Amino acid sequence: MQRYTDVICSFCGTLCDDIEVVVEDNKIVDVKHACRIGTAKFLASNDYEHRLLKPMVRKNGKLVEVSLDEAIEEAARILKDATKPLLYGWSSTSCEAHSVGVELAEELGGVIDNTTTVCHGPSVLAIHDAGYISCTLGEVKNRADLIIYWGANPMHGHPRHLSRYSIFPRGYFRERGQQDRELIVIDVRKTDTAKIANKFIKVNYGEDYELISALRKVVNGGELREESVAGVPREEIIALAEKMKNAQFGVLFFGMGLTQSYGRHRNIDNAINLVRDLNAHTKFVIMAMRGHYNVTGFNEVLSWQAGFPYAVDFGRGYAWYNPGETTANDVLQRGECDAALIIASDPVSHFPRKSIEHLARIPFIAIDIHPTPTTQLADVVIPSAIAGIEVEGTAYRMDAVPLRLRKVKEPPEGVLSDVEILRRILARVRGEEALTAKAEVAK
Amino acid sequence: MEITLITGRTVAQGEAMEKGKIGEGFTKACAVIELDPEDMSKLGAYEGDEVRVKTDSGEVVVVAKKSSSAPHPGVAFIPMGPWANVIVGGDTESTGMPPFKGTKAEITLAKGERVLSAAELVAQIYTKDKE
Repeated sequence: MQRYTDVICSFCGTLCDDIEVVVEDNKIVDVKHACRIGTAKFLASNDYEHRLLKPMVRKNGKLVEVSLDEAIEEAARILKDATKPLLYGWSSTSCEAHSVGVELAEELGGVIDNTTTVCHGPSVLAIHDAGYISCTLGEVKNRADLIIYWGANPMHGHPRHLSRYSIFPRGYFRERGQQDRELIVIDVRKTDTAKIANKFIKVNYGEDYELISALRKVVNGGELREESVAGVPREEIIALAEKMKNAQFGVLFFGMGLTQSYGRHRNIDNAINLVRDLNAHTKFVIMAMRGHYNVTGFNEVLSWQAGFPYAVDFGRGYAWYNPGETTANDVLQRGECDAALIIASDPVSHFPRKSIEHLARIPFIAIDIHPTPTTQLADVVIPSAIAGIEVEGTAYRMDAVPLRLRKVKEPPEGVLSDVEILRRILARVRGEEALTAKAEVAK
Repeated sequence: MEITLITGRTVAQGEAMEKGKIGEGFTKACAVIELDPEDMSKLGAYEGDEVRVKTDSGEVVVVAKKSSSAPHPGVAFIPMGPWANVIVGGDTESTGMPPFKGTKAEITLAKGERVLSAAELVAQIYTKDKE
């Protein structure tokens, strides 16, 4: 029996680093401190019945088991034969895998995009325009006395965000923890996070922009003449603006409620400017509630290697970045890509039908740990080991702090890491001899 | 009845997803629509009834659930997953982001109709017609 402490949970962008895991006979038998989703992820790694274990290739319309070498060969052939392949996913694997993926995309002249495109893509666009006044989660824990979640429901999406960083923990300047802080939730529904807040403000769907503008007006000394804005009474808006101005250290965490609803990047642009305005009165920061555990890491790696954070098209022979054109859903809906590689993601479940109708039509490779609706439609399926449980690697927390993922058990027999799978595909695309399992041992 | 459809993560969806999308748990967690209680009574639906949700993109049968985040009349929530996304609109308005929150939808009763599993739904809607 082996006990591991300070294990990092590879589920959400909170990247909890205090997990305790007990492993016996290469099975995880106990998980401590993790949330419901994190615990499920650790324990599900044991469940080989629900894991992908054998590589598969579609033959005569059916997926049949093949050797790993054959699957890699077929994957490389599909990608090489394509004029413009789309390489999508990435947010649930390590930065080391991202790095090889970017190299592969450049080699192929393809489009590379990650799940940023369907979560905080609009936030990235707003940051290009307005900047980003942010901090680390450690600063939130030690300093923040006013926490606002706007269009975010961490009780469901980031279950330990409140207990580790924002409301409940005791911090250097917040010795009494929750008693030294105030929580405000702004949302279209009274979510489970809103239920534990000191104050819940219900905004009409699609009118967040108007509410942010009203707050900016009051913060900047203007007089609000409207009885109510976005369904929120004038007095409440004035009180909220005053509270924000009088905080010692305020944080505005925002989520998909702002990025995926009407207004998209314009909502975030306005929110960043609200925070900028507040800094004339006090210290205020803003932070995107990044979803997947390493969605931030992909933005970092692509920025180092290609100069842009997501949605890069290498089709011209150099990195071309134009979200709205080079983003995965737009590339799919225009029917522009003629093959795809999907890794550590399930777009068939999570992209709109209009995008997937095209994906289903083109040959594509899926690299994943579980069977998913995406592997169901794929032409080549390659099982992979779980980063953060079965392989090490680097991941970036939502505040862009890099943490080292740990390995606590061996992957199923014959199952490689994403990094190794991608290296082999890249080698075959370049026409180099792929490393066989035997050669690997000899090395 | 017309509603504004929003989609997103729930803790049950996340847990079921990590346990595997092939199992029944994933269907139970995601093939549901959380409705405002007043909207439910207007519709004549009780908790556990099947309802059909139709948009310009398509339609899907899911199970009605009384929202614990009410009141939010006119707004309904389906957890992210294939059931939500076969009816979510596709237009990114050149931002890269589809309208995962804010697709207009029409809800009608569909008592007794079968709710498809993820695999059945995908097989029914998407075809591999490249051969």
